[in-house]
Amino acid sequence: MTSPARAVEPPLLSVKNLSVAFPTEDGLVQAVDDVSFSVEKGKTLAIVGESGSGKSVTAQAIMGLIDRKAARMTGEIWLDGQELIGLPADEMQALRGSQVAMIFQDPMSSLHPFYRVGAQITEAIFAHRSVGAKAARAEALEMLQRVGIPAAERRIDDYPHQLSGGMRQRVMIAMALINKPALLIADEPTTALDVTVQAQILGLIGSLQSEFQITVIMITHDLGIVADVADDVAVMYGGRIVEVAPTSVLYHQPEMPYTLGLLSSVPRMDRDVSMRLEPIPGNPPSPIRLPPGCVFAPRCKYVDRVPGGACASARPELLHAAPDHLVRCHLPSEERQQIAQDLLRVLAGGAA
Amino acid sequence: MTAERGDILKVTDLRTYFPVRSSGLIPRVIGQVKAVDGVSLHIGPGETLGLVGESGSGKTTVARSILLLAHPTSGTIELDGQDITRLAPSALVPVRRKAQMIFQDPYNALNPRHTVGTIISAPFKIQNVVPPGGVKAAVAELMERVGLNPEHYNRYPNEFSGGQRQRIGIARAIALRPKLIVCDEPVSALDVSIQAQIVNLLRDLQQEFGISYLFVAHDLAVVRQISHRVAVMYLGKIMESAPRKTIYTAPLHPYTHSLLSAVPIPDPSLQKRRSRIMLEGDLPSPINPPSGCVFRTRCYQAQERCSREVPPLSELEDGHFVACHFPVARPPVQTTVPAAADGLTGALRVG
Amino acid sequence: MVAYTIRRLLLMVALLFALTAAVFFLFNMLPGDPARLTCGKACSPSVIEANRHRLGYDQPILTQYGQFLGGIFFGRTFSSDSPQPIVCNAPCLGYSYSRHQQVLTMILNAAPVTFWLAVGAFVVWISISILLGIFAALNHGRWPDRLVMGISLVGYSLPSFFIGLLLIFFVILKFNWLPFPAYVSPFVNPVGFLKTMILPWIVLAFLNTAFYMRLTRNQVLETFHEDYVRTARAKGLPERTIVVKHALRAGLTPLVTAAGMDLAALLGGAVITESIFSLPGLGSLAVNSVLQSDLPLITGITLFSSTLIIFANLVVDLLYAFLDPRVTIA
Repeated sequence: MTSPARAVEPPLLSVKNLSVAFPTEDGLVQAVDDVSFSVEKGKTLAIVGESGSGKSVTAQAIMGLIDRKAARMTGEIWLDGQELIGLPADEMQALRGSQVAMIFQDPMSSLHPFYRVGAQITEAIFAHRSVGAKAARAEALEMLQRVGIPAAERRIDDYPHQLSGGMRQRVMIAMALINKPALLIADEPTTALDVTVQAQILGLIGSLQSEFQITVIMITHDLGIVADVADDVAVMYGGRIVEVAPTSVLYHQPEMPYTLGLLSSVPRMDRDVSMRLEPIPGNPPSPIRLPPGCVFAPRCKYVDRVPGGACASARPELLHAAPDHLVRCHLPSEERQQIAQDLLRVLAGGAA
Repeated sequence: MTAERGDILKVTDLRTYFPVRSSGLIPRVIGQVKAVDGVSLHIGPGETLGLVGESGSGKTTVARSILLLAHPTSGTIELDGQDITRLAPSALVPVRRKAQMIFQDPYNALNPRHTVGTIISAPFKIQNVVPPGGVKAAVAELMERVGLNPEHYNRYPNEFSGGQRQRIGIARAIALRPKLIVCDEPVSALDVSIQAQIVNLLRDLQQEFGISYLFVAHDLAVVRQISHRVAVMYLGKIMESAPRKTIYTAPLHPYTHSLLSAVPIPDPSLQKRRSRIMLEGDLPSPINPPSGCVFRTRCYQAQERCSREVPPLSELEDGHFVACHFPVARPPVQTTVPAAADGLTGALRVG
Repeated sequence: MVAYTIRRLLLMVALLFALTAAVFFLFNMLPGDPARLTCGKACSPSVIEANRHRLGYDQPILTQYGQFLGGIFFGRTFSSDSPQPIVCNAPCLGYSYSRHQQVLTMILNAAPVTFWLAVGAFVVWISISILLGIFAALNHGRWPDRLVMGISLVGYSLPSFFIGLLLIFFVILKFNWLPFPAYVSPFVNPVGFLKTMILPWIVLAFLNTAFYMRLTRNQVLETFHEDYVRTARAKGLPERTIVVKHALRAGLTPLVTAAGMDLAALLGGAVITESIFSLPGLGSLAVNSVLQSDLPLITGITLFSSTLIIFANLVVDLLYAFLDPRVTIA
């Protein structure tokens, strides 16, 4: 990911020290805290986290959807050689929907209920290109067919409420890709869908990604989806990235205790059910009162192994454990690896 | 389905239809949404039956019908040996003592204007039960049992996180030591790390109090974690039901195969080795379901006979019921997880 | 859509039937002898009895109701056995003996006054409150928003008779900016009409503006947080398009229902405003009819106003279905 050895050409997207905070009556909500990552062209980066981890705010920051008047935003976002945070509003608007597009969790509420789906797609064309109405409609129709809408020439004049959930998300995908963006951000795109439809939508995104050479950021809480689609994974917790690694490394050699906690709390079809799930105790931190040291320290089993109570007082940095593996943890790397391997062995089948 | 003596819940041929009215000058009932169409199931003491299905499968309507929150059109529901199907609303109070429900959305299922203490003590008041040691002590004990701090007795639901609210709902449900708890998607609104806490809590409570669960969910991995037997629903009907291990390792219904193959496994190398049965399209309309087998429009096995005859739910192996004319032991692609561990297999892989 | 409209119209007729019955029987059960009211204070019992018979008040109440209904559809004749029978053509809403006029005539005379009052005030309050409401929403949390919300609060807390009296005192009596209101038809004397109506419009619009400003602001603010507005932004649409085409269209549609019903209610008479400014509209007529226990007039006005409300209900529903494609009326 961030290793210079692998990057032949500069990454398509590179986020550096991004912080987003919202002043509220109750205090400053630190939604995103010093987040850095990059994605190479054509790859899929998954950002994993639970609610309140800052993954959606990160996505909205890249899209320029954060209300600058309501938020304090610092850092840099480089997309294809252009810095986005300092960009004037009209230039950012020109990039939105043409260079970087987004699909959302709930396709029902994300489509405007009063307009026909075809009109909503052509609106995205007109926003960025001067195309005639007829040509735009033909283009929208072709895209609807491409995303697998049956009888698209009829469906193009439907209102969103006349379509099923899966069809609506296909429409959202068609709308997002109509201007051939370089980057697609998918924010929990299948959370509101059934598992068989989820498989269809993920398959569709994958095939469109290779067809149009799109770079994808997949934001999800589902580790199964990550394993399915991602090249690299960034794990977020309490507004910070706590671990970044190539997908297979993250699943087989994780190091950050929160990642371990996630992996062991998820029920899996390939695991022994007679064993209890190993939940992470406690609750996620409030974004208004983040713990002063490591954000995960209050729920971490291993704080005692770090001398001097550093976890509660000193903020760990995101450091290299391997060239393409970054971890934010005070524990020494060897000890983390040992903990992880012991745990994975237990999970893989207690008897062994 | 064969029911054994002493079943806590026995549902026979349950149908719950909702009328569809025409849009003419004088509206008439022109059809019915067959939300539940001939479902039979039974749950023994201390047993968990997982009921899985996608949205529109009717699983939630089954749950609601069993507690008579939806009105069954026909069929019988026997709770602890008593037929409760036609009971008058006034006669339901003692029934509620035996059967309780936990809801999906812990945010909407609790009255925001009541304190936690009031919420959890409500069953005692409604049922006119004074627990030994008094209501307050009983509530404190319940809170402690489900992992809440009893000192938070006077707090309001909005002061709790999602997982804690679900604990409040569970405390309320177990207050009167019911024999059955119907859990309707109890963890699907919760974060991953919290889901496991609630699943474990439900398992522990079952062991401690011998409660039976009807566990309704769409997440096959969660259902597997808690169920002894699993029934798979599609468009108002049960497609397949079997002991958990059978459903997950040796299913026979094409729909079950497809469902299992659609669940992504959180392991990239395993996930890459699997291939999928991709189901085409969406669930058909329950107003106008396909003739014959309701699954045939999306089934890779479908043949002419499937559109003519409704396949009966028949017992193909001991305790393994399948509603299919052409059950498949080996699907076209590997769907179950290789050597899916079910408390039997050893280490698959390490690191 | 057509079937729906027909069904609703039929329903409306049924509802009106029930309503006439309720109104008729309720008011006839009120204490007081309608026959007694037909002549002055010094009235001999024999005259009262004669009038009672002449007006049909000696008939059983069901018969009276039948006659009332018959009058609506076929017209009727009052005092048919007297030398000067009163012919009341269909739709006959009754005859007021205390005023010696047909109820319908009185209503039709008063209706234009109320119509202009209501429509003028409606235009004033809707345009002001939508403009200011949107302005406040766009500046959420900053001074324009606070100002609008402040005005709204003041508007809520000032009763309309108080504002009316204040305006009369300063604008008319003290500074003589406007003449004392005396209603003229806009077709006869447009300038005089405007001079008369401007203060009643302001008074009547005041309270509604307070309410609608807040409603507009909240509706629009709410739609700004809708997912589809975020989608519009993600498409790279200009802010103006996002606000007008995506947020306002959806945010203002629910206002149709409230505004339509409020207008209909006003068309049935604005009691306080009409009384303050001595406008001879339906509101004044209704007040007087009650004060004089003029039963036929009370019944007639109630029926007229209710019809307006029921009709407005239908119009609003049809309009809503037209504006929001999710609403299928069937």
